[in-house]
Amino acid sequence: MIAIIPLIVLFPLAGFLFLGLLGPRLKNEKLIGAIGSGTVGLSFLVAVGIFLQMLSLDPEQRKQVVELFPWLSTFTGSTGSLSVSVAYQVDQLSILMALIVTGVGFLIHVYSIGYMHGDRGFWRFFAYMNLFIFAMLNLVLADNFLVMFLGWEGVGLCSYLLIGFWYEKKFTGDAALKAFVLNRIGDLGFILGMLLVFATFGSLRFDTVFSAASVLSPGRTTIVWITLLLFVGATGKSAQIPLYVWLPDAMAGPTPVSALIHAATMVTAGVYMVARCSILYALAPVSMEVVATVGVITAIFAASIGLVQNDIKKVLAYSTISQLGYMFLAMGVAAFSAGIFHLMTHAFFKALLFLGSGAVIHAMHDEQDIQKMGGLRRYLPVTYWTFVIGAVAIAGIPPFAGFFSKDEILWKAFSSEYGSWALWIVGALGAALTAFYMGRLVFLTFEGKERFGHDTHPHEAPKSMTVPLVILAVLSAFGGLFGVPKSLLGSNAVEHWLGPVFDPAYHKLLMGEHDIVWTEYLLMVLSVAIAAGGIYAAWTVYLKRTGIAEAWSARFSRLYRALLNKYYVDEAYDAAVVTPIVKISDEYLWKGVDMVVIDGTVNGSAKGVSALASIVRRVQTGVAQSYAVVFVGGIVLLVTWLLLQSH
Amino acid sequence: MFMIGAVGVLARRNAIIVFMSIELMLNSANLTLVAFSAFLGDSTGQALVFFVMTVAAAEAAVGLAIVIALFRRKRTVNLNEINILKW
Repeated sequence: MIAIIPLIVLFPLAGFLFLGLLGPRLKNEKLIGAIGSGTVGLSFLVAVGIFLQMLSLDPEQRKQVVELFPWLSTFTGSTGSLSVSVAYQVDQLSILMALIVTGVGFLIHVYSIGYMHGDRGFWRFFAYMNLFIFAMLNLVLADNFLVMFLGWEGVGLCSYLLIGFWYEKKFTGDAALKAFVLNRIGDLGFILGMLLVFATFGSLRFDTVFSAASVLSPGRTTIVWITLLLFVGATGKSAQIPLYVWLPDAMAGPTPVSALIHAATMVTAGVYMVARCSILYALAPVSMEVVATVGVITAIFAASIGLVQNDIKKVLAYSTISQLGYMFLAMGVAAFSAGIFHLMTHAFFKALLFLGSGAVIHAMHDEQDIQKMGGLRRYLPVTYWTFVIGAVAIAGIPPFAGFFSKDEILWKAFSSEYGSWALWIVGALGAALTAFYMGRLVFLTFEGKERFGHDTHPHEAPKSMTVPLVILAVLSAFGGLFGVPKSLLGSNAVEHWLGPVFDPAYHKLLMGEHDIVWTEYLLMVLSVAIAAGGIYAAWTVYLKRTGIAEAWSARFSRLYRALLNKYYVDEAYDAAVVTPIVKISDEYLWKGVDMVVIDGTVNGSAKGVSALASIVRRVQTGVAQSYAVVFVGGIVLLVTWLLLQSH
Repeated sequence: MFMIGAVGVLARRNAIIVFMSIELMLNSANLTLVAFSAFLGDSTGQALVFFVMTVAAAEAAVGLAIVIALFRRKRTVNLNEINILKW
């Protein structure tokens, strides 16, 4: 088993290299698409094989580490030497992530064959997507912080490349740059955290660090700093407050990119990282509070913005930010496996929703404004039904997947020793908003009157696009069965599977087994009621009595405009951070330091030498007599000196 | 006499006059040699004068050849105007 682990990572790398180098020569789209999807598919199969093998082992034996080659060796500092190898660690958590990445990734690659048909950069797209899968797998399979960081940066790079895929449009380039810069700001936190880890534990390997951490007692300030700094990195990568602003703009990229990177995988890297470092967070309850609070505030904040957006992809983007907030909420209340479970179900239904929106955009010839849609149900039946399943799943209606995962998070937010009823209330409000805006999205896009012109003939997408939609719909519908809690007579397979990974953290947090209490059922019923209520409200507002939306947006126009303009956060950042930096760079650093000081010194010294020379060169008159004058003068001096000397 | 010749070399513009001054310097040296030879009764000085005159003649020939070559190029014997080596 160990020997084939590296194959998971190497297949997409091979795909990237092959398509990157030979892509322009291959004219056959089907071939490129087959290679691009095939590598990811092969990775998935290898991951499945490893998973099945792991199932047959004892839970204690399921972790395996394989080292490929040493990377950095013996950098001797005051804290000792650092040696890092490129090594992969397969345990319950990382194989689950690898399955999600390769499985959903494969479906999205297949979908892209249809979606990107006819694009000039078809080969470039698949090359970048394979590179992304490679980097993401490095991230989740890493056995030390540095390889994880390699993957972390790699996915950031691929995000930039893929958001800016249609680089001819200026806005796309700006959006890609924005994503990269904000990621970088977060990465500063990650790097500092990583350095602190090395300074504290003397190593960057997860095994070494976490086993050393498990014998410490909670409350040490260094650990608090480490966890907070790593979380800063997570806010950048996983789009939480305050570094989330890149994700809505990232919708400028092709829809499969939005589905893969900005819904199912890259943005979940921060959640995975917190889960991986669960023992460190367990040692710093303060950080966990921060994580939970930031998560739940982001959840409701983003949901409120999503209520009024008119671009189909922007609604889904804010929805993603919001759902990521729920995952962090879970991490913050020590419901680690619930957070990962939600990560999994979210990957299914968010990818489904994005791919579905791609089918809609494709059908509407690149129209993305839902105000210009309506009634598409008749024309796009498969898209419609799969989209509805995704929407119902995210809203949290049982028995679809989202219900089980989100409900577990909300329950743990309420009941955990590290949760509170306040967290539950905010989370539940967010769930209500989620149900409402998803209902709004479905009703405005697919139901009701057709608001588009007669020259648009929407047609259903080709099979390469609809088959992945159907598969994801099945997963969104039944994926929840992996995590049916004990209170509903389930075995909660996910929690059971991930148990050994999070046990050290649970021990440290002194969390024990909980009995089933009646409050759990109450909250469950409330969740369903909230979800159903949200959808019903959306139905009333947008289908039954269509005047309400306009009336409300007129009555509460300031609030409406604030929401529509995303609370003016982008404008605030621009004024507070971007403009001053640009101004300082322009006025002081460029015109002041660069032009005056540096250029002045270099050019000035040249001018000085030049001026001096123009004076000195006048000695060379070219007239022989003036040289003779100097000559004679010298003789006179010499003779005088000799005469004086002899006296 | 030597100093007069030296100043003439340094200050006069016409190349021919400069040569004249050079000859003047040489002749002043000759004169000094002969005078002291007579005064001291040693004929070594007079012998040396022969050599000096020979060299002076040869040098005058070569120098005038250079002046002619220069004149062919620059059409002038005004030394102030011959500044091809100028920066």
